[in-house]
Amino acid sequence: MLTFTIRRLLLAIPTLLFISLVIFLLVDFAPGSPMSQIPLTVPPEVRLKIIEAMGANEPIFVRYLLWLKQFFYVEPLVLIDSIFGSSYSQGMQRIVSWQSRSPVMDIIVERMPQTLTVVGSAYVIGVIIAVPIGIYSAYRQYSWFDQLGTFIAMIGFSVPTFFTGVVLILVFSVNLGWFPSIYNTSLKVTDWDSFMLQVKQMAMPVAVLALYNASQISRYMRSSMLDNLAQDYVRTARAKGMSERVVVLKHVLRNSLIPVVTVIALGIPTIFGGAIITEQVFKVNGLGALLINAIQGSDLPMVQTLTFIFAVLIVMFNLIADVLYGMLDPRIRYD
Amino acid sequence: MLDQAPKSITPLVQVRGLKMYFPIYSGLLRRHTGDVKAVDGVSFDIMPGETLGLVGESGCGKSTVGRALLRLYEITAGNVVINGTDVATLAPEALRKARPQMQMVFQDPQASLNPRMTLADIIGEPLDEHTDLDSTQKLARIYELMDAVGLNRRFANRFPHEFSGGQRQRIGIARALALNPRFIVCDEPIAALDVSIQAQVVNLLEDLQEKLGLTYLFISHDLSMVRHIADRVAVMYLGRIAELSPRDALYARPLHPYAEALLSAVPEPDPTLARSRQRIILQGDVPSPANPPKGCNFCTRCPKVFDLCRQVKPELVEVEPGRMVACHLYPNTSVAGSTGVFEAKEHNQQGVSQ
Repeated sequence: MLTFTIRRLLLAIPTLLFISLVIFLLVDFAPGSPMSQIPLTVPPEVRLKIIEAMGANEPIFVRYLLWLKQFFYVEPLVLIDSIFGSSYSQGMQRIVSWQSRSPVMDIIVERMPQTLTVVGSAYVIGVIIAVPIGIYSAYRQYSWFDQLGTFIAMIGFSVPTFFTGVVLILVFSVNLGWFPSIYNTSLKVTDWDSFMLQVKQMAMPVAVLALYNASQISRYMRSSMLDNLAQDYVRTARAKGMSERVVVLKHVLRNSLIPVVTVIALGIPTIFGGAIITEQVFKVNGLGALLINAIQGSDLPMVQTLTFIFAVLIVMFNLIADVLYGMLDPRIRYD
Repeated sequence: MLDQAPKSITPLVQVRGLKMYFPIYSGLLRRHTGDVKAVDGVSFDIMPGETLGLVGESGCGKSTVGRALLRLYEITAGNVVINGTDVATLAPEALRKARPQMQMVFQDPQASLNPRMTLADIIGEPLDEHTDLDSTQKLARIYELMDAVGLNRRFANRFPHEFSGGQRQRIGIARALALNPRFIVCDEPIAALDVSIQAQVVNLLEDLQEKLGLTYLFISHDLSMVRHIADRVAVMYLGRIAELSPRDALYARPLHPYAEALLSAVPEPDPTLARSRQRIILQGDVPSPANPPKGCNFCTRCPKVFDLCRQVKPELVEVEPGRMVACHLYPNTSVAGSTGVFEAKEHNQQGVSQ
């Protein structure tokens, strides 16, 4: 297992380098230019100065190599400095956003907590809801509970989040006034009241995202349970005289969880990616909102860095899913 | 030998009028429009220590009988009395408590073992549920069972996929034996195995029967193997028993035309005899169990069919000592008396006559 993991990690390096190049080229070739962000009242020579200062006039391979150096060498040094208080990165140029002129990583670190609390808790809640629903739906296939679960899952799948989000805002903010429609990032949780405020403002975005996640995962859970319920070893367990509880929760569930755990692990990178649309609807200034603003403003370093971080996470969690699979299923060995 | 046992010995297993229908739902509203009559009124007894072979072609309901006997299905009608308890009507909790005395060896040794459990877990699990052995006693029992079926003790912590087919079937047998059952249904235990392994497993089953005094229902489509292991043999066709006879008598002179046709399909090892052998080739296909023919189930393909067969369903009656046949060719005193009953039954037959 360890050799497998190390091998996969080594193989990930060329993959990620290739991905970074493709992202860089795509972002660079995309329409839109940093110049369009500079007001027309700025005189041409000043405009040229600004572009030079940003480094946007350099040839593409110079910019790419510089970005590689900054991402893999300078930024880790900055991280080390901030943890240990050392000064290795003194005087080195960091990846700087073209929009705000502040280091990209600092902005990402600022935005990360909002995304993780809102999208992360939506994912966790989605999984917690989905697994029991999937189990019971499969156990009582075609019962009214299963039909209802299927119906809600279909709604969660097919109705886009910008629609459910707006509907929730209309009902619960505008008409009932229970929850705020705008997420207040500067809210600090210090006591019970501010905690309740935080819960209230998280309720709607989390509900929208949890519905979407739960509907996906519950379908996986249900079909995996159905696959296993039909297996012969379930009949063996019943013939042994085990109680239904043991049959379902020990025999069937443990086997059914193998593919579902993989699906859940593969979904975790999307948490960091943020829910672009939902964050926009509820004005959560997380990573998704950051990415969409950067794309609109042709902020190449920001878009490049964010998408590359997502790519790293996806590659990592693919590996984690594979390793989990090997740990959960004794039939799979990577030696 | 055992079939001649005096009537004073009570059978270990008594099956009366066992019916197992699987409902068919069709149409827009999923209405209940019919039933697949997998098992349609089967009755037989198994004496303690006896092996009853159950043979028949694919889809005739053999496995369904085996599973229904252990109530792995909710049976439609009938009684199954095993060792004095009517398994067919037990409440779920009482049924669970009754499971130790009746066990099953399944057909597919790969699929019938939980892939995520080690051998010790698989064999030991019923001990957790039904006994209060501590972990050392449990391990001792697991080792004892592994010895009994000829598995090396070192294998206790391995997973099923690490074994060969024959070894897996041994695990399945050890698992079935864990709770000292009296009655074991062997549901085609050798069908998924190589021929060389089949003999090993069958001999193991016979040895265990001798040592532990087990009673078997041995379901198989391998007629030679049934001849080897069974004391009496029931031949099934389309959800009903066509003939139930002592093994030697059946193989020497089958009475029911279907049993005759089926046994004529057994390959003859002697080439000179094989050349002179008369095979009975049945025409047509097995009718759908969802829509069995009126009258005798076999009337659509029987070479000896006559009018009565298409009208009246023959009952399984004893025509010679120890030999039960469901066929109008063997008139019995009891047939005339019960004709009225047959006619009353005709109304729920949805079949078409030829």
